[in-house]
Amino acid sequence: MLKTSCSALLAGVLALHGIQASAQETMTGAGATFPYPVYSQWADDYQDAKGIGLNYQAIGSGGGIKQITAKTVTFGASDAPLKKDELDEHGLMQWPMIMGGVVPVLNLPGTEKNSLKLDGETLADIYAGKITHWDDAAIADLNPDVDLPDTAITPVYRAEGSGTNFLFTHYLSQVNDEFADTIGEGKSVAWPAGVGAKANAGVAKQVAETEGAIGYVEFAYAKQNDLDHIRLRNHDGEYVEPSSDSFKAAAANADWSNAPGFYLVLTDQVGADSWPITGASFILMHKQVEDPAAAKRVLEFFDWAYANGGDAANELDYVPMPENVADQVRDSWGDIEGPQGESIWP
Amino acid sequence: MHVSTKRLASSRFAFPGASDKEIRILKRNALIDRAFERSTQAFALAVLLLLGAILVSLCVSSWDTLSAHAVDFLTGDRWAANMEMFGALPAIYGTLVTSLIAVAIAVPVSFGIAIFLTEKCPEILRRPLGITVELLAGIPSIIYGMWGVEMLAPFLNHIFPDLFPAGSGLATAGLVLAIMIIPFITAISRDVMLTVPPITRESAYGLGCTTWEVVRGVIFPTVRHGMMGGVVLGLGRALGETMAVTFVIGNNLFFHPTITGQGTSIAALIANQFPEADGAQRSALLALGLVLFLITFAVLATARYMLNRIERRAA
Repeated sequence: MLKTSCSALLAGVLALHGIQASAQETMTGAGATFPYPVYSQWADDYQDAKGIGLNYQAIGSGGGIKQITAKTVTFGASDAPLKKDELDEHGLMQWPMIMGGVVPVLNLPGTEKNSLKLDGETLADIYAGKITHWDDAAIADLNPDVDLPDTAITPVYRAEGSGTNFLFTHYLSQVNDEFADTIGEGKSVAWPAGVGAKANAGVAKQVAETEGAIGYVEFAYAKQNDLDHIRLRNHDGEYVEPSSDSFKAAAANADWSNAPGFYLVLTDQVGADSWPITGASFILMHKQVEDPAAAKRVLEFFDWAYANGGDAANELDYVPMPENVADQVRDSWGDIEGPQGESIWP
Repeated sequence: MHVSTKRLASSRFAFPGASDKEIRILKRNALIDRAFERSTQAFALAVLLLLGAILVSLCVSSWDTLSAHAVDFLTGDRWAANMEMFGALPAIYGTLVTSLIAVAIAVPVSFGIAIFLTEKCPEILRRPLGITVELLAGIPSIIYGMWGVEMLAPFLNHIFPDLFPAGSGLATAGLVLAIMIIPFITAISRDVMLTVPPITRESAYGLGCTTWEVVRGVIFPTVRHGMMGGVVLGLGRALGETMAVTFVIGNNLFFHPTITGQGTSIAALIANQFPEADGAQRSALLALGLVLFLITFAVLATARYMLNRIERRAA
């Protein structure tokens, strides 16, 4: 009896050991929910190609930053980049991994689909509750050939803290000083007017049900649900459509090499084709790592994703980073050191 | 040995005429009795202790906010986490308004149902109707929330487009809450109304009273206490309800003195922001939790006080 239970215990211990051994072949990360679908698609493909799995917990950007600071994961992920001094404080570095855009959508019967044009200044005034009707002179001036109804505007926004909120308010703060002073940018802000709905789906539903509503959702969501979107005027004064190409243009025209720690939010970028509300999702890692083997595995995965992940990203309506940005990121990896100060990459 | 004989001797004094064996059994019973009494006492004290512990931990974790700007916290007209402006007024206003709307609608309806069920309902319908009301009380709140956002909000928007331009708002939340607390108040009112002795009731009918006169003059005065308890229980649920309210309240974090417009409640605000909050925002949200705790406590205490006064005046 004792003998059998002893051997059962031994078998259990051995099995546990086996699990630990295989756990060394997986990568661990935690953070933003927005890029989770594409990261998990990449992880699946990478597992098939190299046999190394990824354990990514989509717990939100704030949680990701906490976890990487506490060193419980090999990498963290955040939708909003950390500032240079915040990075230095924790000995972290970051780089952009994948892009997406935010698209204003509307419900205005009587106007042609995807025809309405707005600029950032006007959009900010709508969300600040200063423009309350669709036939307001500010909107009419931008749309001389559209017959605007006198419907009341109901701005719809994200009720919970989110990276989408951050991108949208960051853009509005860039283009409208009054908005920056009174409402400001952030993951959760207080909107003076309108309705708060939960998640992209909630915003889309509220817009669809409310005549005269305007909202903002992630591009992937707008595209998959074929919502009526707004054409925005960008920094160069051109009206652009939201698309993979216009997001890529914003990233390609951005001056990454002069952004310390890759701190760059891609809103209101220069370039005739740039979509003004574009943003990247970031990866965070320690500059001095305790487990060089684990760090190298993660870097190899991201290297592979830059090179081979484009199709999977496009299929999920994300935008892969342009080649020139990926190369700059690979160069920055030279700064990552092991416990003895040895370089890990390449 | 010596001590135990002595104790046995003193026990013999306590149980005169009992044999040693009987004394032992009696003593064991007394011990079990005491242990039982102590453990029930401990359970009761544990509740008090838990309440105190929750209160203390809320105070401790929200101390940063309360000590730094307690007045701004209670009077500030917006909750803008990005600018570190934490004003609880919109949430407090929304919590009170939605709960009052809910109680104002639910109380007459619930009493009506309870009176019908106990006084007027045909025997065949009584059980099915009673069970339906109890089933309503068992529906999870998220389902009321989904119903509110899918059916009620579009309906209100369709019927009164000027009052409900987006369907959601404080009044919509109040309506959903009313439907949620009706089964509670109804079930309790019906149960306490059934405790009125049939002989009292039938005497009144025998004197020629109408149903209304019986209800007003005999049943209400007898079971006032229990019915008030049902209302307070419903109000307590309305104050703290989270999921259903978050769906339909509109989640606007600015203070607007409105009844039908968008707003927020304490529970909805916490549910929306707590998962991503840290630092000052987390502390402020915990302070908000403390405020909800105190509001609920104050409501219960006031209800009890009012009840006692009515009782005293009646006596």
